[in-house]
Amino acid sequence: MKDIHIYLSYPFVRYAIVVGILIALCSSLLGVILVLKRFSFIGDGLSHVAFGAVAVSTVFNLTDNMVLVLPVTIIAAILLLKGGSNGKIKGDASITMMSVGAMAFGYLVMNVFSSGSNLAGDVCTTLFGSTSILTLTKEKVILCVILSIFVISAFVLFYNKIFAVTFDENFANATGIDTQKYNLLIAIIIAIIVVLAMNLVGSLLISALVVFPALASMCVFKSFLSVTVSSAIFSVVCTALGLFISILGGSPVGATIVCIDIFAFFIFYLIGKTGH
Amino acid sequence: MIKCEKLSLGYDGKAIVDNLNFEVSDGDYLCVIGENGVGKSTLIKTLLKLIKPISGEVIYNENLLPTEIGYLSQQQQLLKDFPASVFEIVLSGCQSKVGIRPFYKKEEKQTAKEKIEKLGLLDLMTRSFSELSGGQQQRVLLARALMAGQRLMILDEPVTGLDPEASQNMYDIINELNKSNMTIIMISHDIKVALEYATKVLYIGEHIFFGTTPEYKKSRGMA
Repeated sequence: MKDIHIYLSYPFVRYAIVVGILIALCSSLLGVILVLKRFSFIGDGLSHVAFGAVAVSTVFNLTDNMVLVLPVTIIAAILLLKGGSNGKIKGDASITMMSVGAMAFGYLVMNVFSSGSNLAGDVCTTLFGSTSILTLTKEKVILCVILSIFVISAFVLFYNKIFAVTFDENFANATGIDTQKYNLLIAIIIAIIVVLAMNLVGSLLISALVVFPALASMCVFKSFLSVTVSSAIFSVVCTALGLFISILGGSPVGATIVCIDIFAFFIFYLIGKTGH
Repeated sequence: MIKCEKLSLGYDGKAIVDNLNFEVSDGDYLCVIGENGVGKSTLIKTLLKLIKPISGEVIYNENLLPTEIGYLSQQQQLLKDFPASVFEIVLSGCQSKVGIRPFYKKEEKQTAKEKIEKLGLLDLMTRSFSELSGGQQQRVLLARALMAGQRLMILDEPVTGLDPEASQNMYDIINELNKSNMTIIMISHDIKVALEYATKVLYIGEHIFFGTTPEYKKSRGMA
């Protein structure tokens, strides 16, 4: 307990906790929709696109890589969600194409042009987010907070519309709702979440943050509202726990959080099994 | 209420139905019948303005608002594990009416409850949609359609996949709605049932027929 107190006196630890909890909250919100629309892997795919963009901006020595990463990821998200519904290449295949493509391109660019001496370290950090959440600058924290507030308020304000559009797009269309508009909004929210979550768990583990809270909650709860609320709580609690453990024990942040997610998922799974 | 003149329907400029003429008035019960693939669902999509006709036009009575039209599609297995309660689904039916407002009003929640009660689903209100039987699910979706529109109900093979009892129950409810002055347009491949309830028949096939049910029976030598 005393240790925690000492750690909390460091601003970078407080930053990490604030950002971590906000990201956990954001990433859990759209989980249900992504799982049900068979887009579980969109987090993975998009984060690899974001990885490519990070690599390019590192090479160009952009001080603030968000300028490039965020728009590129948003465009990729829109393309993926659009293509998934009516394109010739179906959802999973197009996600795979885009993600491995961006990954290869990003690594190649980093390898050929990078002037940094610690290439392996750079790549590893981007992929696993290892300690980057503990090295956040104040500007980045503020950006994170603003984007999180945008995501959360957009979700709350459009909650009923997002439900109507994802539950039955045909019906929504038939009764005159502009479903395209809301699909676009969902794509933008997903892209922002992915870019944010890269800071926390790195691009390889993002899907865990999106999928586990939703899947666990769906084992136990049956209405959309209860599943959403439960996902949010699940995600925040697991992330906070993971952050503390990794700060105290020195374990990698992303991997620790995901392991706790998995553990909590099994608890929910068992509750769901015995409940029926 | 709706009048179609020289309507040609299809996708990508290729017509599957040509020269369709018919008219639906207030209180009518129109049954659209025909073999699979003749363009019945295409007609429904055109009426709902989801696709444009290739030629000809659909004329809507100007006092028929889009928010007065309800729609029930064939039973679909799409998002069957979606965690959603009956109440949430029925309530979402009036989403097209709330515009930009983020949350539902008390009256809307009250109306949703009334629709749920009307279709005998009160006991199931907090249950998960995915746990219900096929017949119950269709009734939930009909309640949602009633939230969307009160004057005209468009149904696309509403009993497909239901057992005989649930089908009959569904037909009874639809007939009830028509009796309480709601206009019905229903696609069916069950001609017998269609002729029992419908006041007008539109047959799409090689020879298109449109007329009242007695006229249709006569033309088929059934009267």
